[in-house]
Amino acid sequence: MQAQTEAGPEKSGISEQSPTPPRPAVDPPADRLVEVAAGREVTAEVHGAVLGETPVLEIDRFNLWYGTKQALHRITMPIPHGKVTALVGPSGCGKSTLLRSVNRLNDLVASVRITGDMRLNGDSIYDPRMDVIELRKRMGMVFQKPNPFPMSIYENVVYSLRIDGENCRAVLDEVCEASLRGAALWDEVKDRLHESALGLSGGQQQRLCIARAIAAEPEVLLLDEPCSALDPIATGKVEDLIQELRGRYSVLIVTHNMQQASRTSDYTAFMYLGRLIEYGPTTDIFTKPILKETEAYVTGRFG
Amino acid sequence: MSSDSQRPRRQRSAHASLAAHGEPWVWLTAGALALAIGMIVGLLAFIAARGAATFWPVPLELVELRDGRRVLGEISGREDDPGSGVARRLLRTANFELTGSHFEWVDDAAVGGTSLPEWATAVERLEGGRFHGLPTRLLHGAEVVAEGPAEVWIAYEAAHPEARRRWRQALRIDKVERGELQRELRAARLAVVQARLDHGAGSAAETRAEGDAAEVVARVNAAEAALDARAAALRDHNAGWAVEFETADGRAVPIPLDGIVRAWQPNRLSLGAKIRVYLGRWAEFLTDDPREANSAGGVFPAIFGTIAMTLIMALLVAPFGVLAALYLREYAGRGPVTTAVRVAINNLAGVPSIVYGAFGLGFFCYGLGAGIDELFFKASLVADSQPTFGTGGLLWASLTLALLTLPVVIVATEEALAAVPNSMREGSYACGAGKWQTIRRIVLPRALPGIMTGLILAMARGAGEVAPLMLVGVKKLALDLPIDGTFPFVHAEREFMHLAYLIYDVGFQSPNAQAARPMVFTITFLLVAIIALLNVAAIRIRSRLRRRFVAQQF
Repeated sequence: MQAQTEAGPEKSGISEQSPTPPRPAVDPPADRLVEVAAGREVTAEVHGAVLGETPVLEIDRFNLWYGTKQALHRITMPIPHGKVTALVGPSGCGKSTLLRSVNRLNDLVASVRITGDMRLNGDSIYDPRMDVIELRKRMGMVFQKPNPFPMSIYENVVYSLRIDGENCRAVLDEVCEASLRGAALWDEVKDRLHESALGLSGGQQQRLCIARAIAAEPEVLLLDEPCSALDPIATGKVEDLIQELRGRYSVLIVTHNMQQASRTSDYTAFMYLGRLIEYGPTTDIFTKPILKETEAYVTGRFG
Repeated sequence: MSSDSQRPRRQRSAHASLAAHGEPWVWLTAGALALAIGMIVGLLAFIAARGAATFWPVPLELVELRDGRRVLGEISGREDDPGSGVARRLLRTANFELTGSHFEWVDDAAVGGTSLPEWATAVERLEGGRFHGLPTRLLHGAEVVAEGPAEVWIAYEAAHPEARRRWRQALRIDKVERGELQRELRAARLAVVQARLDHGAGSAAETRAEGDAAEVVARVNAAEAALDARAAALRDHNAGWAVEFETADGRAVPIPLDGIVRAWQPNRLSLGAKIRVYLGRWAEFLTDDPREANSAGGVFPAIFGTIAMTLIMALLVAPFGVLAALYLREYAGRGPVTTAVRVAINNLAGVPSIVYGAFGLGFFCYGLGAGIDELFFKASLVADSQPTFGTGGLLWASLTLALLTLPVVIVATEEALAAVPNSMREGSYACGAGKWQTIRRIVLPRALPGIMTGLILAMARGAGEVAPLMLVGVKKLALDLPIDGTFPFVHAEREFMHLAYLIYDVGFQSPNAQAARPMVFTITFLLVAIIALLNVAAIRIRSRLRRRFVAQQF
């Protein structure tokens, strides 16, 4: 149910938006977006700084269709190792779809078809021989709405170890504490580890989901609008946490919130109607982007 | 836009505000609910009131008729004679063997006078039903031990418990110990037949078995002789003791002391004593075997059978239903076949239950059961032409009802699975869990409360079902419980008693329907109470699961 409703807006967003070209308020008109809306291919502006980083994840000419509707168009972007990369863009531009393609959650949607490839530390993600379950174990994902499992806080955190058959108490205890500390939640829950995770507040639940995602030492951490269901205080805590994760984890975060992108990320990619428009260091994207269209979007003048 | 405000306001129809506020609909919906609650509460209250009143000691009224007859009885009803319009009362006169009826209608016009004799006694007898009379003498053989109601009563209360204890011991010897010996005997006899079947007539195995059987027969005979002696001693001790009563019309009737189950004098009892009689009769009802074609005594075997069958049914239907629903919801693709299967399952819920009974009889009893008998219980079939599993029994009844309630469980489980948020499944997949791991660790626990709801509905439906049970194992009288102390302890092949069937049997098949009617209410009350109890237990489990597994709103 949830998957469809989550995927739904993406699909309908595309179909609703594509016929009406946006009218940017800036002058001269953002013709690149008009081009895109008209269905013509445009080349993405990728800043040189991005290419200088060691990539943890390489997205290579990736196309994706929901049925006959193309949702992603030839996305090519490297995700730098140990950095926070933000995906921004208006609703329905394919950010979440791209994120869900990285750990192949889109496999669960029957109508999805893809071409192109992604590589995680050099291993092809869409290689037919790739074991999806093994692949997902190398990534962590946090969703829009906190989705703690119906079990204790402790069991939530060590879930990925449990499904691997790890039952050694000492190992589990250690991972649990380290992950909860990593997610800045340890001090709040250390006395009630064995109580139901469903009793936590929304912000705590989301940090618990982050703890769960980092428990398996993922190579990439995927955050899909992790703060959209949280109040400002909880959002602040999660943002602080993302700051702390920088360097230790490679993070790919989808966000609607420009301030959040500028505060938390090292690199920012601007997407529009399933295309990558501009991709570069966050400071450059927000202060001196190559394209006026990008500037118009990040300053809130459209979208 | 501004021109709108200058235009005169459109006149609203008088009905519009009524429709907008929807008050008639509030009344309609509330009325429907009130009607439903009224009917349910009314029915339950009626059953509870009638059922609970059955055992309360009612005063015994001595009615002197104008024609000189005297009758002693409980007033169990009053009405105007539908023919003449004369007011009349229904007296439960008891003493069936003397008067040929349990009840008598007495016209008010024919009544000369009524009184409540202090020593009027209601006696529940082992045989012959209720007796009403006045105690006159306590006899031991020809000797009169006590005379006069007060003395007789003191002597009776001193002697009666002992006599009953001896009677129970003798019964135990006959029922349990002798039954044990008979079972041994039968087992030995069947072993001979089995040996003959396995190894052929005249084989060494058969000879050996025959030798064993002869030994068993000798041992059993010796043991039986000992039992006979013990039982005879107990019975001799009781023999001759009797209480002589005088009926209202002056006849003297001796009743053997150990044939009196319980006796009370409702007219002289204090409230506390009445409560004691009341509770004593309830205790007998709940813990004893039935007597007198189920119209008296207890219903313990039926309580036991009902609970055992309902629980076994729940144990059988839960895994089947949950697995089927899991496949339908989690694995099966969406398509015409899945839809057809769903429609078929929903339709199964509408098949008349007697059809399930017929299916159970044909498939389980005569099909599977006969096969099992052929393979494992051939000897009994050959020697006694007595089927073991090839006839109705607890297992087959439970299976039949499991089949009957399967649609309920499948539909409820599917709903519960559908209600598990997909975000949880995705979260699990994102952690690298496989489909089955996700189902087992996330989906099932989260869906458990909903699955429990289905199970509760199924149990309530199954426990109240009669029609199919009549075909697949419920009997009017089956005192051997399906679970007892003899190896292998659970006798799933045994026939059993069931409260819902007992209602039908006592209410409509009893030779003495009038006297049995209060029992029908009591049994119904009990059945409803047991179902309610099972439901409350299941609901408590469910709410605990819900607290554990389903998120609170924050």
